[in-house]
Amino acid sequence: MTAQGLNRLEDAQLAARVAQDIPDGSYVNLGIGKPTHVSGYVPDGREVIYHSENGLLGVGPTPPEGAEDRELIDASKRFVTAAQGASYFEQSDSFAMMRGGHIDIAVLGAYQVAENGDLANWATLDDSFPPAVGGAMDLVVGVPSIFIMMRHVNRDGSPKLLKRCSYPLTGLGVVNRVYTDLAVLDVTKDGFRLVELTPGNSLDAVQAVTEARIHS
Amino acid sequence: MNKTAESLAAAVAPIPDGAALMIGGFGSSGIPFGLIDALLEQGATGLTVISNNAGAGETGIAKLLKAGRVAKVICSYPRTPGSIWFEARYEAGEIELEVVPQGTLAERIRTAGAGLGGFLTPTAYGTLLAKGKETRIIDGRGYVLEAPLHADFALIRAEGGDRWGNLHFHATARNFNPVMAMAAKHSIAEVRSLQDTPLDPETVVTPGIFVQTVVEYGERP
Repeated sequence: MTAQGLNRLEDAQLAARVAQDIPDGSYVNLGIGKPTHVSGYVPDGREVIYHSENGLLGVGPTPPEGAEDRELIDASKRFVTAAQGASYFEQSDSFAMMRGGHIDIAVLGAYQVAENGDLANWATLDDSFPPAVGGAMDLVVGVPSIFIMMRHVNRDGSPKLLKRCSYPLTGLGVVNRVYTDLAVLDVTKDGFRLVELTPGNSLDAVQAVTEARIHS
Repeated sequence: MNKTAESLAAAVAPIPDGAALMIGGFGSSGIPFGLIDALLEQGATGLTVISNNAGAGETGIAKLLKAGRVAKVICSYPRTPGSIWFEARYEAGEIELEVVPQGTLAERIRTAGAGLGGFLTPTAYGTLLAKGKETRIIDGRGYVLEAPLHADFALIRAEGGDRWGNLHFHATARNFNPVMAMAAKHSIAEVRSLQDTPLDPETVVTPGIFVQTVVEYGERP
């Protein structure tokens, strides 16, 4: 089964949808890749402070070309600026912010999410590929709201929302909400619960490309 | 007291073959490129490198890997765009790799510097990276016992320093440099600007007690 024929949000639309749920005054960590685009869509009037685990609280916009400070980068190793009110700090302080529950929301990508909230986003089953974990395991144990932003199914049609993850876990029972191109789902004690469908999709059609049961 | 070395070569001269070496930096920021080049020239081999990443392109740690000087890498994120030399050595089975979650890496280093015997962290509980490690349940939550991570030498990068070894940093180039300075038996700091006058005590980030050698390297990457 593939997601063909279903209405899919484009990446930018998905980032904009996640951004709606970032409240004014939050401290937020955006994971490497697609989640970094969320900051561009937070509605005007909300002040959100972005944490970058390499030691910056208050990630500002990308600098104009030629004005980059080569020693001012974010966790994705992109050149950034420091926003008003920003601070720099060393690694153990940075991870104290993450593990210690001081960051409010993390938005991360995922290979797989299970209905019990287990997350797999750091290693696959391919042994020839050297593993790399970075700060993912620290974030998921310490940040109270873990939002996952990902495609609903893999490109080959295989499901990513599962009964149990088959890839090595990043954290156990840590995911709170999943935003996909097809739907938004909460992780509850009963499993995935539907928050909303991308307009034009039926629950039956989305369920058909989801291994785990979606409760309405 | 004067911890100043006359040259990068003099600063890295005491590093022997087989040393455990912490190297500061995250991505391309805060890496002691001058000290790494001097170490390559010096020739020490069979090194254990403790760093967040495992080098990219043809610079920094990648140079040590390319030259076959590294026996083991302990890091959180070895695979980055351009980490070709790490991947080549890893795929050829020429280096040992220990992957540690980034916060656990930082805290293991800090713990070593602070004289503690380890710590309990919820990070990695129930995952592959906690396999074989002692665990404990505290207030219903699972924790993993992690050991301190020591090193013989640390190569670190700072923005400014004085002859007492006091250091301050620039932007996100701070990253692992302060904790690594604490943890190694002998920490060598490459500073962009070595001041004749003492740093203002209010602006010192790494107190000189954690630094054994300071050397000026004016280039900023």
